Amino acid sequence: MAVKQLSIFVENKEGKLVTITDSIAKAGIDIRAMSVADTQEFGIFRLIVTDPEKAKEALESSGCFVSITQVVGVSIPDEPGSLAKVVNILARYNINIEYMYAFITVSKKNASVVLRVADNEAAEKILIENGINLLKESDITSM
Amino acid sequence: MPVEDIRKLQSEKLVKQVKYVYDNVKYYRDLMDEKGVKPEDIKSVDDLHKLPFIKKDDLREAYPYGLLATDIKNCVRIHSTSGTTGKRVVAFYTQNDVDMWEECCARAIVAAGGTNEDVCQVCYGYGLFTGGAGLHGGSHKVGSLTLPMSSGNTDRQIQFMMDLNSTILCCTPSYAAYIGETLKEKGYKPEDNKLKAGIFGAEPWTDEMRRDIENSLGIKAYDIYGLTELSGPGVAFECEEQLGMHINEDHFIAEVIDPNTGEVLPVGSKGELVFTSLDKEAFPLLRYRTRDICVLSREKCSCGRTFIKMTKPLGRSDDMMIIRGVNVFPSQIEAVLLNCGYAPNYQIIVDRVNNTDTFDINVEMKPEDFSDTPKGITSKEKELQSAMKAMLGINPKIHLVAPKSIARSEGKAVRVIDNRKRLGINI
Repeated sequence: MAVKQLSIFVENKEGKLVTITDSIAKAGIDIRAMSVADTQEFGIFRLIVTDPEKAKEALESSGCFVSITQVVGVSIPDEPGSLAKVVNILARYNINIEYMYAFITVSKKNASVVLRVADNEAAEKILIENGINLLKESDITSM
Repeated sequence: MPVEDIRKLQSEKLVKQVKYVYDNVKYYRDLMDEKGVKPEDIKSVDDLHKLPFIKKDDLREAYPYGLLATDIKNCVRIHSTSGTTGKRVVAFYTQNDVDMWEECCARAIVAAGGTNEDVCQVCYGYGLFTGGAGLHGGSHKVGSLTLPMSSGNTDRQIQFMMDLNSTILCCTPSYAAYIGETLKEKGYKPEDNKLKAGIFGAEPWTDEMRRDIENSLGIKAYDIYGLTELSGPGVAFECEEQLGMHINEDHFIAEVIDPNTGEVLPVGSKGELVFTSLDKEAFPLLRYRTRDICVLSREKCSCGRTFIKMTKPLGRSDDMMIIRGVNVFPSQIEAVLLNCGYAPNYQIIVDRVNNTDTFDINVEMKPEDFSDTPKGITSKEKELQSAMKAMLGINPKIHLVAPKSIARSEGKAVRVIDNRKRLGINI
């Protein structure tokens, strides 16, 4: 069920983000969600894209260093309290969220969020049991 | 002492030292036999060129006792320098060796104007490093009041300097500059302290740095040169002329050679400095290649001393760097990387910011260490930094970069970028 995330190592140098975004654009791939983790020295650019394997190939051929990580994607009603509900469920079961970020694309009714936890399967099981909609790879492609 | 007398004295001592070494050190005996030289062939300093060279590699190979010329029970001290792949160079001293060394350091202090009325603050490191022990012993010989501060703890250094009226400061030039800046920050003016002179060595520095230190501390700053292998600081020292360092020629013979051919060059030529000890008992060295490039001068010095003078080292004939006063070889860094499972593809970047050396190493990360969070990488950087610190004795800043991102050059890889050159520092 988990969703594939691209993690790209970005040195804090001019033009690095240009290389990344350009090569994804040239491969005809859409970015659905993104976030950046940064330190003084480097950053890690995380992306959810329409075709992660193809994107990885394109990025690597332009000299980027990429790894693929499995993350949990949830689709929740776009209304107050939705995210709080998800976070509360995970807290109740002692599942820590390492990081999370939202999708760029929003439908009229729903918002999508990426969650990074230590144990994807456990988190997914609990979320399903509590009535939270999970995203599949195919959902992302068709967004 | 006229030059002819110096040569005569050196010749007498050299004949004895060569025989002593040949009789007592198998390693040397083998080297000399291999070259077909017998002690009888050495009758004066003119025969010096017949002797084989000894190199740092020999010292490592002979570690720890291979070059020891006397029974261990006659030795009273060791000192040591950092070395590659975990092997250090260890030098042994008899009491006479320590006395000779301290005498050399005492001359450096006297040349800087020191007397038994001075208060000599020694903030070179104490321990295996020769800086602290050498100037400490020299200060005792002069009869100065010695403050054995060792390095670091700048607030305490300043407190003692002010409360106990230090007149002579002994440390690395970069630490002297740092003390100067700290004094200024604390609101002291150069005339507020009682310092009159400083004896600074163990790392490369420029005349510009000398002026800065002299202005900030209100002193005259003197250079000092030495190597642990030969004794420590005090092999050569600067006089009031502040133009080159007098070599203690009654204890050491200096030659300058072409580093490629080994040929002895005439005085005044630029080449690699080679030293022969004349009085050492525990760890005598014949024709030791220092790898320091410099120029010797016999020109008359206004101070009245007739000992030959050497310039500051103008460079190295090997790839050794001196960073924060510590000798660092790229091969040491390579050894740590291989030990820790990294590709030996790296880049060392050295610079000097606010009179302190910066030391950065870019290393390609292992693909399996990269994930989606920075903490994996930063913890690997810390791990590698500790391994480097254990090998080098100083802390580099490690930057893990993407695999294959450091350019692989065809021929000789550019592993070291030393930006201190732009400051005119001879490295």
